[in-house]
Amino acid sequence: MNSTNDNQDKPVITAAIDGFFLVFYRIAVFIARFFREAFRPPVEWSEFIRQCYQVGYKSLALVTVTGFITGVVFTEQSRPTLSEFGVTAWLPSLVAIAVVRALAPLIAALICAGKVGSSIGAELGSMKVTEQIDAMEVSAINPFRYLIVTRVTAMTICLPILMFYNALIGCMGSYFDVHAHEQTSLVSFFDNALAQITFLDYTTALTKSIVYGFTIGIVSCYQGWNASQGTMGVGKAANVSVIVSMFLIFIEEVIIVHIFNSIR
Amino acid sequence: MEDQEQHSNNPETVIRIRDLYKSFGDKHVLQGINLDLHKGENVVVLGRSGTGKSVLIKIIIGLLKPDAGTVNVLGEEVDQLKDAALRALRLKVGFSFQSSALYDSMTVGENLAFPLKRNNRQMSKDQIRKTVDIVLEAIGLPDSINQLPSELSGGQKKRIGIGRTLILRPEIMLYDEPTAGLDPITCMELNKLINAVKERFNTSSIIITHDLTCAKEVGDRVAVMDEGRFIKEGSFEEVFREKDGLIKSFYDYNFTQ
Repeated sequence: MNSTNDNQDKPVITAAIDGFFLVFYRIAVFIARFFREAFRPPVEWSEFIRQCYQVGYKSLALVTVTGFITGVVFTEQSRPTLSEFGVTAWLPSLVAIAVVRALAPLIAALICAGKVGSSIGAELGSMKVTEQIDAMEVSAINPFRYLIVTRVTAMTICLPILMFYNALIGCMGSYFDVHAHEQTSLVSFFDNALAQITFLDYTTALTKSIVYGFTIGIVSCYQGWNASQGTMGVGKAANVSVIVSMFLIFIEEVIIVHIFNSIR
Repeated sequence: MEDQEQHSNNPETVIRIRDLYKSFGDKHVLQGINLDLHKGENVVVLGRSGTGKSVLIKIIIGLLKPDAGTVNVLGEEVDQLKDAALRALRLKVGFSFQSSALYDSMTVGENLAFPLKRNNRQMSKDQIRKTVDIVLEAIGLPDSINQLPSELSGGQKKRIGIGRTLILRPEIMLYDEPTAGLDPITCMELNKLINAVKERFNTSSIIITHDLTCAKEVGDRVAVMDEGRFIKEGSFEEVFREKDGLIKSFYDYNFTQ
C-alpha cells in the first residue's frame, strides 16, 4: 500500500476506534443512569406491571411451543446413541441437564430478544422520533424512569420465570416422547430427571437468564432511546436491538459457563 | 442597553434571554439572541424555516443547552438547573409541539391525565377526570375523551396538544408552529384558542410561526428572526410598516398572493 493510501486510511480507522469507544462509553452512562434511577422513588408500578404482561404473558405461547418441541426433538435425537450403549434409562436425566443448564436459558432469551427486544426498540424509537419522549420531559415527567427503568426491570425479572417455565415444558415434551417409547410414568421420569440436577445447575440457569434479561432490556432500550432519522431510525433500532442482544447473549453464555464450570 | 437593563429589573418579565448562541457543528443557528417576555404578553417569533426559531424555545424549556448566553425563566437560569429543579420549573411552562407529540397508545383522556397523574400523585381519579373535562371543554373538544390520536384531525391533535400542557396550569406557554399544515379556517380557530388560553388561564406566551395571519391575530409583539438574529421587533403594524427585504417577502406571500 502506498503512502497516500496510508494517509487516507489512518483517519478512517481512528474514527472507527473512536466511534467504538464512544458507543461503549454511552452505554456505560446509560447503564449507570438505569441504576441511579431504579432506586429512586416513585416507582412506576402500573407501567412495570404492564411491561411484565408484555414480556411475560405475551411470550408464553411461543415459549410453550418451542420448549415442548425442544424437549421432544432432543429426546428423539439422543435415544439412538444411548440405546447403542443400552442406557436409554438415562434419557430423563440427560434431557433435564441439557435443558436446565443450557437450552432453556438460551431459548427463552433468544425468543425474548426477537419478540420483545425488537418491539421495545421499535416502540421507543417511534416515541423518540415523534417527540413523545420530549413531550414527557416538558411535562415534568422523568421519561427514563417511566420508559426505561420499567422495561429493563420487567425483562430482568420475567426472563428467569420464562426460562424455568421453558425448562418445565421441555421436560414435559421429553416425558411424552419417553412415555410413548419406554412407557415410563410421570413420577418415575421426573424422579430420574431431577435426581441429576444440582443446586449449582439451577443457580447457573438463574444467573444466565437474569444477565440475558438485563442485556436484552438495556440493548433494546438504548437503541430505541437513541433512535434518529425518522422511520428509518425506528426500523434500525428494532433490527439492531435483536442482532446486538443475540450476539451479546452468546458471548455471555460462554463467559458464564466458564465461570460456573470453574466452580463446579 | 438601558432599555434592556430596565426590562431586567422589571418584576413582570417572565422570560429574559441575553446573548444566546447555539451551533450544531458548523451551522450557527442562534447568533446573539436577546428577548424579553412580559407577564400577560404574547410574543410572536416570526421567521423562515431553519432560522432557529424552534431551537430557541427548546433552549427555553431546557431540551437543548445553549453554547453561550443566559436564559432566565421565572427567575431561574435554565441551563444552571439540576434535574429536579428543571422539572419543577417545567410545571410552570407549557410546550405545545409542532407535531402535537400525543402519546399514540393512549386515548385523549389518558393523554391529558398522564402529566397530571405523574405530577400530582395524591389526586383522586374523580379530581383528575374533572380537570380533564374542564380542559377538554376549554379547548372545544369535550366529546373526544375516548378517541385515540389516530382518529383525530390535524387541528384536533394540535388542540389536544395544547390541552395537555394546559392541564398543569402553566404560567408560560410556548407554541411551536401552532398553525403549520392546517387549513385557513382551522388556523383561525387555533388563533382564537391561543387568545382564549391567554385570557382564561392568564398565561404569557411565545409563539413560533411563519404564518403572518397567526402573528397578526395573536401577537402583542412580533420579533422577526433571520439567520439566528432578530432583525426587527415591535407591534405587528410597526414591523410591517416599512416592507423591505425579508419582511416584504413575508408580507407579500401571506397577504398579496
